[in-house]
Amino acid sequence: MADQEQFSDLAMEFMPALYTAALRMTRNPSDAEDLVQETYLKAYRAFGSFETGTNLKAWLYRILTNTYINTYRAKKRRPEIADVEDVEDLYLYHHLAGDPSAGLGRSAEDEALDRFTDTDVKSAIEALPDTFRIAVLLADVEGFSYKEIAEITDVPIGTVMSRIHRGRKALQKALVDVGRARGLVGASDEAR
Amino acid sequence: MGHEGDGVPGQSTGAGATDPPAGFVSCDETIERLYYYLDGELTEQRRIEIARHLDLCGPCVGAYGFETELRKLVANRCQDHVPDALRDRVARALQDEGASGGD
Repeated sequence: MADQEQFSDLAMEFMPALYTAALRMTRNPSDAEDLVQETYLKAYRAFGSFETGTNLKAWLYRILTNTYINTYRAKKRRPEIADVEDVEDLYLYHHLAGDPSAGLGRSAEDEALDRFTDTDVKSAIEALPDTFRIAVLLADVEGFSYKEIAEITDVPIGTVMSRIHRGRKALQKALVDVGRARGLVGASDEAR
Repeated sequence: MGHEGDGVPGQSTGAGATDPPAGFVSCDETIERLYYYLDGELTEQRRIEIARHLDLCGPCVGAYGFETELRKLVANRCQDHVPDALRDRVARALQDEGASGGD
């Protein structure tokens, strides 16, 4: 049983992380701010049911994610399909390397990666369908474990793993698309 | 896609002749499990197998290094500054809530 008076002291430090996730989810600052405020209000009201000593950050993310799904996603009705059948493992690596059999040095791809800007990465994430975007955000931006993500999103671990797997492939594909548009990913002989 | 390089020496622990040597994993298996390895979600036994393969296989280490960098990129390039107005707004909303909801 947690004390409401402690709420601000404990919960406010997670606002940057929650705001970042809210921005990627809603894709616009005004909705993201509303979502964060609503999350904090709901969390405050429900704080009595939070078990002290358990993971507060994950608990806040659970409220954020549910609020997003129930309030914001309903309006948009985007199809939940991540078409990644043609995306093989190491998709981005191979595209940045150009010709994977050419025996390039490791740093070539790593350097190419550095040329992706904040905007590139954010747009690539925002291009993903909701379910997969949330899974990738929780795993790769926030670093939650599979078990924590299963608890936050209320689905079995197997489903979490599949969503992360497909989400990451879709993200790599989106990064290749963004990279192509910016001339970072080109024909195979450009990777010298 | 896998690559050539399955010649990693495994350690025989007396398994039957048709079984792969214990501790031996191929490049394909390594790449397939690379994300679970990076996520820290493999069993200790699997983790050791992948780590041992990465110790010996240049191409797989290249892929591993890249995916590690990509993970950092996604996390680091995805941070946003919280507007002061939002902090104020939330603080005020919580105060109001406390004032009206308290007894």
